[in-house]
Parts: sequence; structure tokens; C-alpha cells
Amino acid sequence: MRTIFFLLQKEFLQIFRNRSMLRIILIIPIVQLVILSNAANYEVKDLSIDVVDHDLSSWSRRLTHKLTASGYFRLNRQTFDREDGFRDLQRDQADIVLVIPPHFERDLVREDKVTLQLLVNAINGSKAGLANAYAGSIIRDFNRNIRTEWLALDERNGPPVIAVTFSNWYNTRLDYKIFMVPGILVVLVTMIGAFLSGMNIVKEKEIGTIEQLNVTPIRKHHFILGKLIPFWIVALFELAFGLLVGKLVFSLPMAGSLWLVFLFAAVYLWVMLGMGLLISTFTETQQQAMFIAWFFVIIFMLMSGLFTPVENMPHWAQVITWFNPIAYFVKVIRMVLLKGSGWADIQFFLLVMLGYALVMNGIAIWNYRKTS
Amino acid sequence: MPAPIIVQDIHKKFGTVQALQNISFTVNEGELFGLIGPDGAGKSTLFRILTTLLLADKGQASVTGLDVVKDYKAIRRVVGYMPGRFSLYQDLTVAENLHFFATIFNTTVEANYELIEEIYVQIEPFKKRPAGKLSGGMKQKLALCCALVHKPAVLFLDEPTTGVDPVSRKEFWEMLQRLRKKGIAILVSTPYMDEAMLCDRVALIQNGELLNINPPQAIIRQFSKPLWAVRAKEMYRLIQDLRAFEDTDSCYAFGEHLHLTLKHGRERVDQLQAYLQPKQHEQFSMEPIEAGIEDCFMELMKSHR
Repeated sequence: MRTIFFLLQKEFLQIFRNRSMLRIILIIPIVQLVILSNAANYEVKDLSIDVVDHDLSSWSRRLTHKLTASGYFRLNRQTFDREDGFRDLQRDQADIVLVIPPHFERDLVREDKVTLQLLVNAINGSKAGLANAYAGSIIRDFNRNIRTEWLALDERNGPPVIAVTFSNWYNTRLDYKIFMVPGILVVLVTMIGAFLSGMNIVKEKEIGTIEQLNVTPIRKHHFILGKLIPFWIVALFELAFGLLVGKLVFSLPMAGSLWLVFLFAAVYLWVMLGMGLLISTFTETQQQAMFIAWFFVIIFMLMSGLFTPVENMPHWAQVITWFNPIAYFVKVIRMVLLKGSGWADIQFFLLVMLGYALVMNGIAIWNYRKTS
Repeated sequence: MPAPIIVQDIHKKFGTVQALQNISFTVNEGELFGLIGPDGAGKSTLFRILTTLLLADKGQASVTGLDVVKDYKAIRRVVGYMPGRFSLYQDLTVAENLHFFATIFNTTVEANYELIEEIYVQIEPFKKRPAGKLSGGMKQKLALCCALVHKPAVLFLDEPTTGVDPVSRKEFWEMLQRLRKKGIAILVSTPYMDEAMLCDRVALIQNGELLNINPPQAIIRQFSKPLWAVRAKEMYRLIQDLRAFEDTDSCYAFGEHLHLTLKHGRERVDQLQAYLQPKQHEQFSMEPIEAGIEDCFMELMKSHR
């Protein structure tokens, strides 16, 4: 125990002496949270729309108004010429073109039926889907209003209509930042766990100090714990710091218990530290360690549900995410902070993490040799 | 009480390269034992085996009576090791490095200060300086302090004076002489042959084999051939001419002179003079000299090539 204490003392001395390390620890969380949370915004708003109105009737204008008043669409151009709309689509000035045929109002009254055309720029598939869905639902709504009005029915006598109302739970205002901040905190903690620990161990190999340390009474587990514990503490500190920034800057809700978040992070970090340790066992330079860690962290991160929901992935990819520790932490931190999930909800995930931590560190320690 | 270092028949192979073969020697208590050999001779490999960092393919070795394989943990407590490459924390200060290495051996700098005092006072003025910012000689003194701070019974110094200026080198060897008198057995390797004279006994190592183990004076005594120091104005032409002479045994440049041995000793010196006469070397001189340790090593290495 005493030996570990002296190793920790030395590690912290080195960490705090390293000015760039201090900057990494204090500045990165703020920059990441403030920039990424504001920039990585997947809300689809302000779609620019061209309305090709061949009718120019009061009803066609009401439709146009209804679309632009919804907040989702911004009128880019109103025109008579279908070609104008198509050109805007090609120049990427319009995301969507609505074509209202001539005699729109007349046909609707006389024939009880009319066809509208929507041209959607589908380069970004999800954006196109949303644009289409928003426009569709607004037009349907318009259709229903128009009909009740035309048939001069009041709501009670009209044909039966299913009215759907909704309320958003856990993130009432659909604030994307509140969704992103916990995820970005996970990235932050992951980087410290996976990169810094592994690189620090390899550094000892690179500068040759391991040669000297090995001819001392320091035991294998002393050395490993002496290397991992400092970054475990630093990462947990980062999490606390990040949560504080989230609370102050983004009014991040904390519906559940923070203890659960930290408990999960504490276990999760051992998985990442174990990964860093494992990488350090088969690399000789910090560069190699960095690249390998980067490779895995990027894959884990992109497949973690941080940016795109895991549920949207093909089944095989979802199976891979069962082995992705980042995915678990992203899920759990959102569950606890946004939804207020408790011990019963996360205990399964915690158990899985514990398993991974044991497996990862087991392999790493087995692979770590004090004598070559 | 067994000898501090006993090496018996050690072999080590890296792939197809035979790094060490048939190495056997003993280092006695309070002995300063030198391992002299060119780069790549296998010196560091032997050090790594003796400091339990590497396993030998064959053979036994013991340090203070402890087996390097079975009792590696115990050995790590009682030896001081200074690797060939500077292996202290460059971002920690002199004092912090020393303190760290004392504490991991479960002792304190104060407890063994008497042992390191002479060396430490020389670097003490810089004790707040990061180790990475010290000069080469200072670094080696600090490394020696760190290797000594737990009062080891045996000291392993792998090329401690490589890359160190001549004055620091001399000081360093003086320190080793004093440590030896305190009863610490020291195994030191060096590529500098002149340092061999400062050891109690010397082993010459080449291509993984020990060539000769003897006190340096005995090695010099073994050198039986007459030796001449030759010089002229145009040294390069002279060395070529001498090497072209049929009776020349060896001819090496040593500082300002060429050291020459002949196959038939003194018998054919006249023929050599006759051979050189028409070549008209200016300022030519040729004098018989006593062999130094370096001549002996050159001779030994030549005969084993």
C-alpha cells in the first residue's frame, strides 16, 4: 500500500507539473461542452420552401401561410413558374418545393379532391424525411380545417376525426442541448480514461524509466494501480466539473441521483482504463498507443447512440453496440439525468460494465509482462 | 557467504543472433569488475539478465546468493541498477527523483545519506532543477545517487560514462573507487578501454563471448610481442605502407602514433627500415614502447575475430 501511495504521489506531481496537461483538464471540458452542444444540433428548423402557386386563391394563400407560420418553413420564393422552384432545388436554395395546381380552390370545392406536389431535396435523407413529414402533417391539418369549414359543420356534427395531441416527456421543450450535454460528458471522461492512462504507461517505456522501475521492489499491481488510479480520479473530477458547467451554462436537468451517475462512471472508467492499459501492453511509443486508442474510441463513439440513435442502426450493428461500453454510459447518463432513472433501472447496465471492467483488466494484466 | 555475483555458462539468443554464449565469471565482495567491449558485444544483455529483466536461455546466475530466476523479487530489493540510457524522470527535480527512488525501496534519503553524500553534494546546488535539464555528467551522478539510495549490496552500472565529458568521467570513476572500499561489489561496463585500468579485474567481451578475465596489469603482462610507436609527417601514407609490409602483424593508430607489431618480433626490423627507405617519409621516428591495456585488447580482439 505504501508503495502505491508513493507512486500516486509521483504521478500527481508529474500531472500537475505538466502545464499542457492542466490545460487539457480544465479547458477541454468547457470548450467541448459549449461548442459541441451548441453546434451538434439535429433539430430541423428553418427549412427553405419555394411555393409554386398556380392558383393564387384565398385557400392556396392560407395554405402557404399555414406552412410558413409553423416555424419549420421559411418562404424562399413564391412564383408561378415550376421551373423556378426546380432551379432553386438544384442550387440548394430550397429544401422543398410545394406545387399548387391551377384551380386548386375550385377543384377542391367542385370535385372534392385535389393533388398537390411536393419536391424534396433528399441529399440529407433524415432532413428530407422530416421536411416531408412536417409538410404532410400541416397539409393534412389544413385539409381537415378546410373541409369542416366548407361543409359548414361544427366540430360535434362533423365526420368522426381522431384528434391527436401530444406532450413531450423528459425533455419538454425538445431542447437538443439537454440531450447532447450528457453524451458529451461521456466523451470527455472516455478520452481521459482511454488515452491519457495508456499513453502515460507507454511514456515510461518510451523514455526508458520502466527499465529503472523494474529493478525495484515495485510489483506489477503496484505499478498498474499507480498508473490507473490518478486518471480515474482526474476523470471523475472532470465529470463533476463538466456537470457543473452543464448546470450553469445549459441548466442541465438532474432528475435522478448524481450518486448513480458517479457510481456508473466509476465502474465505466475501469473499462476504459483497462483498455488504455491493454493498448499500452502491446505498443512501444505514445504515438502507436494514441492511434490505436483513437481507432477504437472513434468506432465506439460513432456507434454509441451519441449522435444517431442506436435503434436506427441495422440489427448487426446493434449487436455490436452490446459490446460498446460508451453506448452503455451514454444511455445510462441520459436515463438518470433526464428521466430520473433509479437503481433498479440501471443495475443491469452496471453489472454489464462491471463484467467488462473485469474482463478488460484481466486481459490487460495477463498481457502485461514485467520481464520481457 | 557466496560471492556477490556468480555467472555460470549463460547463453542468450535473439532470433538467429547469438547475443551471449558461454559466459561465466564471479565478482567478489568489494570488487570493481569491468566489462569491456565494443557496442553490440552483449554487455547490456548480460546486465539485463543479471538484473532480472531478461531470462537467459541456458545457464545460471546468482546475485548475493539469490537465483536471478527464482528469487528475482528479492534481488530487486538488494541491487542498484543504472541502465545504459538515462532512466530517471526528466520532469521531476533532482530532489524529487532521489526521494521517489528512496521511498519505493521503503527507505529515506536521510537514512542512507552517508553513502551518497560525496556524490550528492556535487549536484545539491541543482536540487530544484528538473533532471532533464542537467548536463550529461550531472545526470549520471544523479542516476548513481538514485541507484545507491537504498544501500544496495551490488551495483550494476551499464555504460555509466558514455557521452560524459572526460573530467566528469574521471570524477565518476573516483567515486566508484570509494564505493568499492565500502564493500559494495560493482559490475561496470564501458566501451572505453582506458577505463579498464581503473578496475580490479576486467573481462573483455566480444560478439557475446568473454575473451579474457584478469586484473588489468596481468592482461598487460600477457602481451609478449615487442611494440613500436611509429610516426611520420604523412600518417595516412605511413599506415598504408606499414600495413602493406609483409612482416607486419598489426598496425593501429593510437593518438599521434601508430602502434606496430611484427610477425617475427625484433628479427626483421632492419628489413622494415629497408622497405620504408625508398618511400621517403619525412620526420620519421620509430621507438620501442611498453604495451598499454588498449594494445592488449586490440590484440585479443584481433585473435578472436
